[in-house]
Amino acid sequence: MDKVRVLAPSGMLGAGWDHATVERGIALGADVISIDGGSTDSGPYYLGAATAKTTAKAVARDLRSLFTAAAGAGIPVIVGSCGTSGTDAGVDWVAGIAAEVLAEEGLDLKVARIYSEQDAAELKEHLGAGRVHPLPPLGELAAETLESCTHIVGAMGHEPIVEALRAGAQVVLAGRATDTAVAAAYPLMKGLPAGPVWHAAKIVECGGQCTDNPRAGGVLATIDADGFTIEPLDPDAACTPILVAAHMLYETANPFEMREPDGTLDVREAEYTAVDDRVVRVTGSKFHVADQHTIKLEGARVTGYETMSFSAIRDPLVLADIDEWAALMRALITQRVSQTLGLAAGEYAFDLRLYGHNAVLGELEPETGPPREVGVMLLVNAPDQPTATAVAKVANPLMLHLPTPSMDYLPSFAFPSSPAEVERGAAYEFVLNHVVDCAPLELFRIEFEGKTHA
Amino acid sequence: MPETTLADLAHEVRSKNAGPFWVTMELFMRDADGYRVAADETFLNERVIASLYHVDEHSIGIFRIPSLNVVKISFPRPVSQGSLRDRDMHAGQHHVPLARLVVPA
Repeated sequence: MDKVRVLAPSGMLGAGWDHATVERGIALGADVISIDGGSTDSGPYYLGAATAKTTAKAVARDLRSLFTAAAGAGIPVIVGSCGTSGTDAGVDWVAGIAAEVLAEEGLDLKVARIYSEQDAAELKEHLGAGRVHPLPPLGELAAETLESCTHIVGAMGHEPIVEALRAGAQVVLAGRATDTAVAAAYPLMKGLPAGPVWHAAKIVECGGQCTDNPRAGGVLATIDADGFTIEPLDPDAACTPILVAAHMLYETANPFEMREPDGTLDVREAEYTAVDDRVVRVTGSKFHVADQHTIKLEGARVTGYETMSFSAIRDPLVLADIDEWAALMRALITQRVSQTLGLAAGEYAFDLRLYGHNAVLGELEPETGPPREVGVMLLVNAPDQPTATAVAKVANPLMLHLPTPSMDYLPSFAFPSSPAEVERGAAYEFVLNHVVDCAPLELFRIEFEGKTHA
Repeated sequence: MPETTLADLAHEVRSKNAGPFWVTMELFMRDADGYRVAADETFLNERVIASLYHVDEHSIGIFRIPSLNVVKISFPRPVSQGSLRDRDMHAGQHHVPLARLVVPA
């Protein structure tokens, strides 16, 4: 093939799109449909708990759109980072939904599942052999950190996906994969050069975000030996050189280079040219193959259990002294928890946030004007859920009635719900930002189901 | 006359996570004149960002991209994503102190 057309319907499976945009991509000659199913963007919970951010109905709706379109055209569908975090449970969750959709539509497609979850004991062997390296800003990895994770995944490159496609998969449901690998796999398998392929993959990873109307559906990238063109699937939307070039900046720490498992995309000399008023041509993208193939690890662990309480203040007398009031609240919560529960400061933690005052930016907040109303959130973290809730319950009378130091009566604040405490369950943090030196397929397992006579 | 901020000269100022451990921000300036202001190292540099965001000056990366009229700034996330002290999971609102920085008269 001297040209491969990659259809990217959206930035995330489950986000939804107008099915007509996918049909238009098929009519334009799409050779493959690729879509990202996950991210770390929404925090460590989804990996730590192996739970998806999206709802099953939305995933089913989107898969139905893709499977019917792809089956009609005889082209493969590739989904990356299934179930938000790409854990094995996430892959199986999407595979279960996919099987239902295929059955309902009477489609017989060969489905490959690629598992990317990692075993701490095996990773410790890599660590012991000096094959694990930190990425900034993290430092050297301790074996105990691996053991503390509830789930660890490795972000695959294109190779396991290519392996599944070569074995005849018509639907590839991948665990954690780089955002770009899902779009890069098919054109790389067809022999197109890595520079244009990886650059096109980066530009399409968020669907229509590189267009002037990101809500109007996805994009189609046509990759050839010298570069690629990109156009929106909605005929009323447009790609412009600036919008396409600017997407290289999105969610990247470095706007010129992007590391993949087998090398680095380099767009320093890329040129963006308008083909017409809605199609852009990109040339000059390079890819430098690395001496050592590496897989990036993501891992999350429990930091404790959280309970939240929320009240609100409208009284101008309290709002006039809100910082002093909050300082008093912090001091009294600490004192009452010590008196009542016998807990020292290091045995639990809480954060008091004044929404409407400076909750979002905290001490970075540049504005100083008086607030009109303030939501007071108390977030408690403790080693177990009953302790977190007990701390929030001890704080409750203060959340209801605490006066400022200059008031000589008890105000009553506005709780929006009863009960006042919301148990949030386990809280997590990301603790891995490390790579493992390994062979491209070494950390991943591929399994097939459905049609077996490929 | 009211003071002019970077936001006044920009089409968009945005911030976002770049993975779980980095924050990145972009100033999309309206034109080459605005870009010259934002890209001026005597005005906007690592030291200024360090004081606005309470981060280590040496951990900050600043990328000046004249072809796009863009200045991009990246630094390690000062508060662990999703932790008790993290009030901005996607780092989507952290552009504001940068956006309201007053430009030299």
